[in-house]
Amino acid sequence: MTFFEKITLIDRRIVFIVIALAVIIPLLLRVDLPIKVTPEVKKVYDIIDELPPGSVIVMPCEYAPDTMAELEPMLFAVLRHCFRKDIKVIGCLFFPTGVKLIEQEFKQIAEEQGAVYGEDYVLLGYRPYPAVVIMSMGQDFRQSFPEDYYGTSLDALPMMKGVKNYDDTELVLTINATSGVDFWLIYGRERYGFRYALGVTAVMAADYYSYLNSGQVEGIIGGLKGAAEYESLIDYGDLATMGMSIQSFVHIVIVLFIIIGNVGYFASRGKQRGRR
Amino acid sequence: MKRQLPIAITFICAFILTVQYFVPHRSFEMMYEVSNVWLQIIGFFATLLGILSLVLNHWEKVKYKQENWIYSIVALAGLAGMTLVGLIGSQDNPVFEWLYNFILSPIQATMFSLLAFFIASAAYRAFRARTTIATILLLAAIVVMLGRVPIGAYISGGLFPWLADILLNYPNVAAKRAIIMGVGLGAAATSLKVMLGIERSYMGSD
Repeated sequence: MTFFEKITLIDRRIVFIVIALAVIIPLLLRVDLPIKVTPEVKKVYDIIDELPPGSVIVMPCEYAPDTMAELEPMLFAVLRHCFRKDIKVIGCLFFPTGVKLIEQEFKQIAEEQGAVYGEDYVLLGYRPYPAVVIMSMGQDFRQSFPEDYYGTSLDALPMMKGVKNYDDTELVLTINATSGVDFWLIYGRERYGFRYALGVTAVMAADYYSYLNSGQVEGIIGGLKGAAEYESLIDYGDLATMGMSIQSFVHIVIVLFIIIGNVGYFASRGKQRGRR
Repeated sequence: MKRQLPIAITFICAFILTVQYFVPHRSFEMMYEVSNVWLQIIGFFATLLGILSLVLNHWEKVKYKQENWIYSIVALAGLAGMTLVGLIGSQDNPVFEWLYNFILSPIQATMFSLLAFFIASAAYRAFRARTTIATILLLAAIVVMLGRVPIGAYISGGLFPWLADILLNYPNVAAKRAIIMGVGLGAAATSLKVMLGIERSYMGSD
């Protein structure tokens, strides 16, 4: 077996070890790379930044621990921005296995920023069938959520006084790893005409650029990179900024593996042809 | 009757919900509100049916010791255990929190993290520039991979992010729009067929 044939057959365990090293080494070295902010992330930041204090935004969060590595830093960055600017947040939890996680994340950032439950943010709890819930929220939030996540009547929460439906909010920003993004677009944005922005996983982001260009979606925070851009905008480097060096090195390693595979493939194919 | 009744119900519900979308009158709005409540109630029963189906399916596997029946015990124990613990006490039940934070959460996070390793291995083995189309795909993938991380801008002086933005905003959007329009037209046609009773597969084979 020639050298070029050998490099097309690297054992997958070696690939795994190299990827593991590409994760661990930048984590230990803490390499900081400059982060360029894209217009789609800047737009989300600008919308929130330009809202007057006391404005209310809706944040449906639909993800679970499997995608938290990408979406948790996004939620943290947006919540920090909102609480600093005194923007009130209505959190909705539509993904059953993510409910507890997201509740803990809201609590964590609220404690850090000194936000008070019921005054600065509210959690509407879990309801199945998001499409139906999104439609009924357009009539009145109390239709699907007479009580919040903790069983308190929405009318008893100071923040919810005078907040009936989407008309009383300024933005719907979904942090989402599910098809819920489409539900909010079809059953919510198109029917009730609210301003709509997304925070989605990197793999999902490409699907929504068409809605960004048409103006149906006003901004997209895509994946860990988007979260890192948002962190740099609020000047609070955290999990996503730290993850950028890791993601950069892993991407470089994967590209190198692809190049090695192709070099081996073409060289060994050339040799085989020569032999014939 | 067994066929006509579901078709009639489907037609009436679909017709009302379609018409209300275009008529901005209070009576139609009320109809819409009522239908939303109904949908949630029906959804609840659908969830119950789903749980029942899951339990019966796994119970059969355990009862007849079918292939991988041991995993069915884990599934049933997990379902029963989490339900029981969730029902006892409030949302902040410490046992529920412990199970969530130290069992479910690490399991899900681990499963997804493994993807990075498998994607790397699969990309190395399968991503070959065998044909022109495969070469275009390969180059586009490399440009987007490097363009969407800070190191891509660093090593190319901003070229990779610029190219990645072009790929995402033009060819990607063009292809995606065509797919969305096709899917939309298909969905509208299928909905119309269901509404008019032409498409009946949703009623099962009986």
